[in-house]
Amino acid sequence: MTSFRTPLNKVRGLGSAKSGVHHWVSERISAIAGLPLVLFAIWLGVSLAGADHAAVAVAFHHPLTAILAALFLLTQLWHMKLGMQVIIEDYVHSSAKIVLLLANSAFTYLLGALALYALVKLSFGA
Amino acid sequence: MAQNTPTARPLSPHLQIYRPMLSMMLSIMHRITGAGLYFGMAPLVLWLVAAASGPESFAVAQAIAGSILGQIVLFAATWALIHHTLGGVRHLIWDMGYGFDLPGVEFTGRIIAVLPVLLTILIWVAAYFKG
Repeated sequence: MTSFRTPLNKVRGLGSAKSGVHHWVSERISAIAGLPLVLFAIWLGVSLAGADHAAVAVAFHHPLTAILAALFLLTQLWHMKLGMQVIIEDYVHSSAKIVLLLANSAFTYLLGALALYALVKLSFGA
Repeated sequence: MAQNTPTARPLSPHLQIYRPMLSMMLSIMHRITGAGLYFGMAPLVLWLVAAASGPESFAVAQAIAGSILGQIVLFAATWALIHHTLGGVRHLIWDMGYGFDLPGVEFTGRIIAVLPVLLTILIWVAAYFKG
């Protein structure tokens, strides 16, 4: 089959998006990295179902719980940012697109900040 | 750039002519569950913040989570998470080059349609008997 790559394209290897398949690969990597963490999160959710504040505080005092919960949130936030970016790019073609893409970043980073603060406070607090 | 909004051109019909097939439905469900989980992250993070803010705020958060609407949302979110995760595994299998023949797609598709429901029920039964 004919290759449609120009000589410059072969040298750069990055295509018109300038980042090649980076987004696609990142989506898969965040998914694979998140897979065991999702299982952990489901297990944690089941074990904390209906728990009172004391039980939750005790749970997050354990370093592994806090760290795995943080990793779960970070991988999922990364993955969902990538996914929503694709959704926005697929359906929005007006000037609203840039606004929505910025909102996507803002939303995910804000949630990340809130989540990390809460986890630190839970694990080191009383 | 902004003033060049393209004139509305007719698109190739799809929803008007295709009978809903499992493959189509699972594809859009994968996107819908993904978007749902995206927004569902906000209440989850807020729940964590409430837990970190002390027993009073946490009691409010648990009351919301324990309400009928809260339980319905949590149940749907559990299903969405499992559906999206298993569907994602199916995507990863395709990315590696396996299972992309028609019988394989139909077979794995049926699994994705049924298994998440069973696992959701299982998880909720486990949580109910634990608490």
